[in-house]
Amino acid sequence: MRYLPHSPQDRADMLARIGVEKIDDLFVDAPRDKLIDGLVDLPRRKSELEAERALARMAARNTPASSVPFFVGAGAYKHHVPAAVDHLIQRSEFLTSYTPYQPEIAQGTLQYLFEFQTQVAALTAMEVANASMYDGSTGCAEAVLMAHRITRRRKAVLSGGLHPQYAEVARTLSAMAGDAVETMGPDVSAREDIVARIDKDTSCVVVQSPDVFGNVRDLRPIAEACQRNGALLIAVFTEAVSLGLLTPPGAMGADIVVGEGQSIGNGLSFGGPYVGLFATREKFIRNMPGRLCGETVDANGKRGFVLTLSTREQHIRREKATSNICTNSGLCALAFTIHMTLLGGRGLRELARVNHANAIKLADMLGDAVLNRSFFNEFTVRVKADAAALVERLAARGVLAGVPVSRLLPGAGLDDLLIVASTEINSDDDRATLAAALKEAL
Amino acid sequence: MAHEHAIAPQPRQTFTGNRALDIEEPLLFDIGRADTTGVDIDAPGDFAPRLGGLEQTRAPDLPGLSEPEAVRHYVRLSRMNYSIDAGLFPLGSCTMKHNPRLNEKMARLLGFADIHPLQPQSTVRGATALMAELAHWLMTLTNMSAVALSPKAGAHGELAGMMAIKAAIVARGEQATRNVVLVPDSAHGTNPATAALIGFRVRSVPAGEDGLVHPAAVREKLGPDVAAIMLTNPNTCGLFEREVVEIAAAVHEAGAYFYCDGANFNAIAGKVRPGDLGIDAMHINLHKTFSTPHGGGGPGAGPVVLSERLAPFAPVPFLRRDGEDFTLVEHATGSQAFGRVTAFHGQMGMYVRALAYMYSHGADGLKQAAEDAVLNANYVRACLSNIMSQPFGDRPCMHEVLFDETWLKNTGLTTLDFAKALIDEGYHPMTVYFPLVVKGAMLIEPTESESRASLDLFVMAMRDLALRALRGEKERFEHAPRFAPRARLDETRAARSPVLKWRKRAPVADAAE
Repeated sequence: MRYLPHSPQDRADMLARIGVEKIDDLFVDAPRDKLIDGLVDLPRRKSELEAERALARMAARNTPASSVPFFVGAGAYKHHVPAAVDHLIQRSEFLTSYTPYQPEIAQGTLQYLFEFQTQVAALTAMEVANASMYDGSTGCAEAVLMAHRITRRRKAVLSGGLHPQYAEVARTLSAMAGDAVETMGPDVSAREDIVARIDKDTSCVVVQSPDVFGNVRDLRPIAEACQRNGALLIAVFTEAVSLGLLTPPGAMGADIVVGEGQSIGNGLSFGGPYVGLFATREKFIRNMPGRLCGETVDANGKRGFVLTLSTREQHIRREKATSNICTNSGLCALAFTIHMTLLGGRGLRELARVNHANAIKLADMLGDAVLNRSFFNEFTVRVKADAAALVERLAARGVLAGVPVSRLLPGAGLDDLLIVASTEINSDDDRATLAAALKEAL
Repeated sequence: MAHEHAIAPQPRQTFTGNRALDIEEPLLFDIGRADTTGVDIDAPGDFAPRLGGLEQTRAPDLPGLSEPEAVRHYVRLSRMNYSIDAGLFPLGSCTMKHNPRLNEKMARLLGFADIHPLQPQSTVRGATALMAELAHWLMTLTNMSAVALSPKAGAHGELAGMMAIKAAIVARGEQATRNVVLVPDSAHGTNPATAALIGFRVRSVPAGEDGLVHPAAVREKLGPDVAAIMLTNPNTCGLFEREVVEIAAAVHEAGAYFYCDGANFNAIAGKVRPGDLGIDAMHINLHKTFSTPHGGGGPGAGPVVLSERLAPFAPVPFLRRDGEDFTLVEHATGSQAFGRVTAFHGQMGMYVRALAYMYSHGADGLKQAAEDAVLNANYVRACLSNIMSQPFGDRPCMHEVLFDETWLKNTGLTTLDFAKALIDEGYHPMTVYFPLVVKGAMLIEPTESESRASLDLFVMAMRDLALRALRGEKERFEHAPRFAPRARLDETRAARSPVLKWRKRAPVADAAE
């Protein structure tokens, strides 16, 4: 077996050194009748060539985004990632290192986490950010629990513009924890009056912008209402590139900002692994979930970095921890940081402008079918057909047109709505193809 | 300024402060420039924004680097890290085994890396087939009825498994009365944290003098208020829970469920099937047992396998067979699914890597890997047992061997000193001070990836250090590590006045320096 260094002679010699006859003498604590006699019922080993062919056959049955005109978004976005990013994250020292518990030999990881935290704090205009979460949706659910801890209230209000799967993750965790969640109805045109739902029992309000339908939302009036009632505003985004062009949530009064960082540095990968961004006010750091990297000095006075404030965490606090999380999304955070470093603030703004300009071009081609008054690189279109069936028909013709709202919200009576994203990857030809294909259904 | 608490500045032996290949690297924010970018973007023509008046007037205040500068910056940072590719990484409980490069190559096939979670299912039949294949392997290896693939890490899988248990308790109408979870005091910290997160009260179960949990101790804590036990097997002391079948029976008899922390499944994969032991739910860390890279702390993946009793409560999405193909069921309506634990379908990139590892090993290779992992740990034990002390006597262990610091008594040295001295020898330290129930614990997991020659050198280095410690030769330990990119770091200072991001230096401070 190519990954196992021992020869049969090595194994025999080592067993002799240990002082046992056979390997099962080391499994002596396992009940005899539970030790598998022979092998489990699975195929035998494959050579590298065979394994590669078997997996490549499965890969070939999928349609990659880069192979067709592609307009699918709703929480994950296709962007161009510079080649240097994927090369650098495959450096052995990044790829095959562990959580930096021994900081003297993990300064590489710790320093990029410190850079990551600084970048996320700057992009969101918040005071502090953590070293990442699993993804945006789990970060969102953890933010709700954090708001409960801070406010000592247990009722969250979720906007009808929040990604339905984010809302479901938050509802699932809250229901299990015994907390109350109010979810507003689907809010396609960003007209809901969420302020009216805030009262003295509300711990937090969760609002996404750009929302799942693409609308850009002004968080300021909601932040004011939260402040008046002692509730916290949790601002969510799923498209990190939008931060290059939009007023950041921290500048609009958000108390906790959570978002999906996939757009920057990370591919689509069928939904994961991704990287959750999590930022808040300095006064809340001891209630934050997740790993934090902090600056310090070593015994020689040199600047260095360590994981810090771990007294919040499960390996110290056990059942009193702020969350059960014990990893972050390290390598995806690194990809985010490298791509962000290559872009710089100016490059991110340019990238965001291209995205917005492309979406405007597409919206203009589709005319009145577009429901949004505002959008960044994604909007909702009303079609004169079942959107899911339409998407299937177009897929058969080699166009991936978008996400039918019914895929996210079945039974909500929104079967004629389609969420369409246009990023920098789309050419004028792609847009013309989509517009022509949609025309029959508009 | 960062230097005000310095003990003694190191003499500058070179103009740059570097030492040949040992090169210091400033922070991005010290070298980047606001007007620099490493990405060429064609500026769009003029357009009227439709951002609802929420356009930001200026670019975010973040520096950029050109591509050559960025590559150098991150390559230099990487060189300050220890890694499994560079050396033995005996971190007990974490399983730092070799990460085959085929896995990386496969995860990057466009058919896996470049597909969207919400594109039509008719265009991703290969992806759902792969998930079904992975599920089949996991269920066969564990002899369990179902698996929820979507949890994003081990602790997240633990959460999903405990949520399935809670959903089952609710379905029985017992949520008001069954609200206690038994957790042995040797457990990973995630176990009590997970239970508490979803409203359970934690009741500790003491381990015996032999490091094992005994049925009598469990029975004593069981009652009509107990929803579940969370037990790690093989346990955190590196031992197989000898009476696990009896414990399972006692738990079931009391109407509770058996959650197994599968962090150490790598020791028994292909040897023992957890389903045969009476387990109701167990998460599997794909990054431990099935070699997906640890990546400096994630991303992981934590599928959770479920018994027949818990299977109906598995979260969405789950797979449904449709003829030759599989469809992802994304909505809980009409099922007993307890909900959803993440957007989309989980860690596809990790599924591909894990399946590549499974295919490469096969049933025979997986069994051999488990046996070699156990062989290597016992070899280390045999080579060190006459010099270092073991808390539960010198007896066969599983994939990791546990020492304590009793043997360091009277030397004035601690487990931490020993760990830091190991860094100077070119090794990542073993896991220290875990499990908490053992004083000064040193948990060594060599994994199956190490050759005999590699283990022999490691053991000799350990023995050399141990002998020096016992002879009172402290110089290898004092101020260790001496040859790492940093000396010991001041963690108290970091926690007392947290600096969690870079800030522009005040001009006065600059002048003072």
